[in-house]
Amino acid sequence: MPNNNQPNPIHAGEAIKMSVRNLDFFYGDKQVLFGNTLDIAENKVTAFIGPSGCGKSTHIRTYNRMYDLYKGHRTGGEIIMDGRNILDPGVSSLSLRHHVGMIFQKPTPFPMSIFDNIAYGIRLHEKPSKSELEGRVEKALTDAALWNEVKDHLHSAGTSLSGGQQQRLCIARALAIKPQVILMDEPCSALDPIATTKIEELISELKGKYTIVIVTHNMQQAARVSDYTAFFYLGRLVEFNHTDIIFSAPTKKETEDYVAGRFG
Amino acid sequence: MQRRIWINRIVLLLSSLAAIASLVVLAWILGDVAIRGVASINWDFFTKLPAPPGSDEPSGIANAIVGTLLMTAIATIIAVPFGILAGTYLSEFSKGNTFGQVARFIADILISAPSIVIGVFVYIIIVRPMGNFSGWAGAVSLAIIMLPVITRTSEEMLRLVPTEMRESALALGAPYWHMLLRVIYRAAKTGMITGIMLAVARVAGETAPLLFTSLNSPYWMESMNEPLANLTIALFNYAMSPYDDWQTMAWGIALLITMSVLVVTIVTRLLLKQRRTHA
Repeated sequence: MPNNNQPNPIHAGEAIKMSVRNLDFFYGDKQVLFGNTLDIAENKVTAFIGPSGCGKSTHIRTYNRMYDLYKGHRTGGEIIMDGRNILDPGVSSLSLRHHVGMIFQKPTPFPMSIFDNIAYGIRLHEKPSKSELEGRVEKALTDAALWNEVKDHLHSAGTSLSGGQQQRLCIARALAIKPQVILMDEPCSALDPIATTKIEELISELKGKYTIVIVTHNMQQAARVSDYTAFFYLGRLVEFNHTDIIFSAPTKKETEDYVAGRFG
Repeated sequence: MQRRIWINRIVLLLSSLAAIASLVVLAWILGDVAIRGVASINWDFFTKLPAPPGSDEPSGIANAIVGTLLMTAIATIIAVPFGILAGTYLSEFSKGNTFGQVARFIADILISAPSIVIGVFVYIIIVRPMGNFSGWAGAVSLAIIMLPVITRTSEEMLRLVPTEMRESALALGAPYWHMLLRVIYRAAKTGMITGIMLAVARVAGETAPLLFTSLNSPYWMESMNEPLANLTIALFNYAMSPYDDWQTMAWGIALLITMSVLVVTIVTRLLLKQRRTHA
């Protein structure tokens, strides 16, 4: 399944935020990503779909070098963002993560108040005054469509919120440090349909200001929220194109079978 | 079908009897201690020094209360930082390495080691070189008993914090130590405090290690470098004595120790329950 010579589907005139070139990934001796090459369009939503174990989560976790936490990994190829290869060990993973935020499957409010959850990231990177901090927290919660629900109890525990609210709290926490890219690793898989709808609406509002990459098991979700879709299978990028093309006129047999629900 | 129902009834009956039997024994012990002990508990019990047998003077075990509290407190101060740091190492930094596995194994052995062995050990490394029994030696032996308990519970509590929580903090650009101090310790705090309190409850009733280390004393403490009065050995001495009034005192001490351990355990349970309803 060679995919390096695929035509680049990104529209002329659209800026490219990240260029992934021949990305390989190894856990120990086991190779799990094979020469993935694609571009992530700036301020658009790119969805990664594919069956479990296809490497889509591993792929997204290279964008903020989350794997640095674990020993025994190895990467090949490069990911160019703002002119630098972010896989280069010379690039600080801490400053990379300042610009590339991440939302996880399960909401993970920190064991502190709603306010402190948001303030945690801001205080990591800046030393804002009290009033400035309050403004930033309000802005982040507003942008994550949570402000109206929590403004009267900012000092109660983050864990006191419902699952969907907790996930929006995590999005607000990520937005608060003004990232350029937001990675979402199946952000709705632990949520009910109503909470999922709210997150999807939020994604639509956030694009245009942020480059969003979302991994999802749910093909309808990819179709609803994304501009571009990449289909992964067995660690390879099978097909990458505009979302409507992937879902209506895919060129590869595997893609067609997967989006038609014939496997996965 | 009949057979199935009868087997069910028999097993239910046997397990109920076993449960009742163990509860009866527990109630018997607690009741006996309470009834016999309550007679000797009064203001003098908490404020006076022990009186000689048969004397009419008011008698108490104030010195032993102070000694036990002091040795337990010092043991806690020694064991908590070591225990928490060791638990942190095991949970956060020892992933798959041999040293971590060996350390964890040794901690587990130490937890189940007979406490008298630890008493003998401290006797050899502290009491003999110093030339006399001392409060310090008692505190150190209690600290050694607490250490593996705190280490393993800290490790378990840190491990219970989900990986996603760690990754979320790191994904915001937090350095590992910052994530650990500000997020993970906070998430594990209640559990770690529980572990410390259970360790305190465990050593509060220890007698064997103190026999070789602090020994006992009928006097007020003057220095931690001398034999130090404590509740458990005082209980042993009074209970073994032929004097009725001393034996009554022993029951009072037994009640005091039992109640103290009970209170610590109940407070710990409440803390845990509170955490569950908050999480």
